[in-house]
This record gives sequence, C-alpha cells and structure tokens, in this order.
Amino acid sequence: MVATLFVVTLVSAALLGSVYELTKEPIRLAELKKKNEAILLVVPGFDNVPSEKPDTVTVEGGELYFYTAKKGDEVLGTAVETFTNNGFSGEFKLMVGFAPDGTIIDIAVIKHAETPGLGDKMEKGKSDFSVQFMGQHPDNFNLAVMKDRGDVDAITASTISSRAYCEAVQRAYDALSQLK
Amino acid sequence: MNQWKNFSKGFIKENAVFALFLGLCPTLGVTTTAINGLGMGLATTFVLVMSNLVVSLVKNVIPDKVRIPAFIVIIATFVTVVELVMKGYVPSLFDALGLFIPLIVVNCLVLGRAEAFASKNTIWSSLVDGAGMGLGFTMALTVLGAVRELLGSGAFFGMKLISGDGLLLFILPPGAFIALGYLIVLANMIKEKTS
Repeated sequence: MVATLFVVTLVSAALLGSVYELTKEPIRLAELKKKNEAILLVVPGFDNVPSEKPDTVTVEGGELYFYTAKKGDEVLGTAVETFTNNGFSGEFKLMVGFAPDGTIIDIAVIKHAETPGLGDKMEKGKSDFSVQFMGQHPDNFNLAVMKDRGDVDAITASTISSRAYCEAVQRAYDALSQLK
Repeated sequence: MNQWKNFSKGFIKENAVFALFLGLCPTLGVTTTAINGLGMGLATTFVLVMSNLVVSLVKNVIPDKVRIPAFIVIIATFVTVVELVMKGYVPSLFDALGLFIPLIVVNCLVLGRAEAFASKNTIWSSLVDGAGMGLGFTMALTVLGAVRELLGSGAFFGMKLISGDGLLLFILPPGAFIALGYLIVLANMIKEKTS
C-alpha cells in the first residue's frame, strides 16, 4: 500500500521534473517575447531589443523596470514596467511608454486579475479608458480620478481599479524623473 | 454498456452543474463571460478525459485504502503538465485560460468521475464518460456565461449587442447564483419533459 503510493508519487514527480526542464526554455522565451510586444505597444518603432538589459529601481512595495527603446542611436522613449498593489484584486502590472520629454505615449496592461466586465475595462481595446492618457504630460495632467479632483475619467463602477491604475502610472513617472 | 447513453448522460440527465452540483466553485467564479465559460469547460474536459483514462488503466494496481491520494496526485500532475506545456508552446491560449488551469485540480467533478466511474469501469467506457461529462460541463458553463454576459454587459461572446453598462449585479457573484438558480429550473423542466 505504502509502496504503491510511493511509486505513484515517484512517477508523477519524475514526469513533472522532466516536463519542467523541457518547457523551461520555451516559457522563458515566450515571456520575453510577450514583454517585447508590450514594449512595442507603448513605444513603437524601436529596432533594438529593450527587454535585454533593463534598469531596475527598487521602490516601496516592489521593483520597477526601465526599458530604453532606441532606433539606431536615437532614443525613442522609455517603457516603464510599473505596478500597484491597490487594485480591486490586489496587484496588477502596467507598461507605460514615456517619450524622452516625459509625455505619456501609451499604456498597456501586462498582468491583472481585475473583475471581468468591470475593472478589466482598463485593458486597451475593452474601453476608451486608457486612451485619455495618450499624449498627456504628467506635469500638467493630474493623475487622479475626477472624484479625487484629478483629470482622469474613471471607469464606471470601477473607481478602485481606476485609482490603482493612476497610482501605478504616477509611480512610473516619479521614478523616471528621479532617474534623470 | 450503451456508449451513446454513457456519453449523452452528461448533458442533461447527469449534468455536472445542473443535476450533480459538482464543480460549482469554478462554475460560479469564472462565468462572467461566455468565452471564459467555454475556455474553462474545454480545459476541464481535457483533464477529465486524461485522468479518467489513467485512473481506469491503473485501477487494479492501486489498493483501495490509498486510492484517493493516488488519484489526486495523478490529476494534479496532469493539470501541471497541461499548464507548463501551454505556457511554453501556446502562450496566447495560456493568456486566455492561464488563470483557470490551476483551478481544475480542485474541481471535484474530476475527482468525482475518477472515483465514481473510472475506478470501476473499462478504459473505453471511462474515456466516453470523461468526454460526455466534460462537454456537458462545458455546455453548462458556456450557457451560464452567456446569460450573465448578456444581462451584465449587454454582449454575447464579446460582441456588444446593447449599448450601455447592463445590470452590474450579474457580473458580480450574487448574479452568478441567481442566474444558476433559474438555469437549474430550466434544466429540470427539460428533464421532466424528456423522461
């Protein structure tokens, strides 16, 4: 009886171990590709591989990653991988593209667990929420929802998600201006 | 055993959601849209078929006293293999379903079929049972997802049919219980008519 259970777990463990080894490299490549696609979305037109060596800044609660997008020698902008822990379902991650002067080019959601049909409207294409940030400069665009006297039109019935989104973008901009 | 009867029982007569009330946690949790329901259903079907196959293969060598832990290990192994392979080779599918895949392990439907059916029946019958139960589960989740999506966001499979925000309640958990309750009534009416 004990021996049978032992054999079952042994076979399972061996199977899992080999599948893990086999899929490790494809998973890493797939994640890298996904990251590159997210960067391409928020700072289009580069021809280097920004995800190769990101700059890292540690802030309270987590880490921010900076990916510099270049075309030839010209810097097109910086994609900042930022986060918030105050989403409706906890953490979510955004990729924010800044032009060299600090203007927001575009924002993409990398990973989130917000309510489908409500908070997930922050994703590009699901609503026009992210469009209002495009081309704005955080210095003269108050990154807070209108309820908090900011300039951001929140998603209906998803004020918490909208607030967290603004907080993540603000965090990215703060770290970026400190880095300069 | 009549294999057609074995296959079709999963749709209405012994439907996992509407008649057996198994696997209700993922049922209520992920069915905010029809496409989520369909994805969760198909992923569960795959695991159900595979675990039924393996359990009926090894049923004679596993002693009765340790069968439950052995089945759980087999199911969890399958789910993890599916997750890793999907992550590495079809990342776009993983993006859509990734969230639900670990949830399959705790779906009592999978363990329920391993215990109640696959451990007592032939390989072929267990395969058919897994497919029938899985597709019945998929149907239930898709219908529930479609109802909630239609009422909650005025859309069907992501296509916006009615403009506006819809009834917020149906996106939130209470809406899942309400919609499921009425669907069970409907399923029982169909069952009574056919029998």
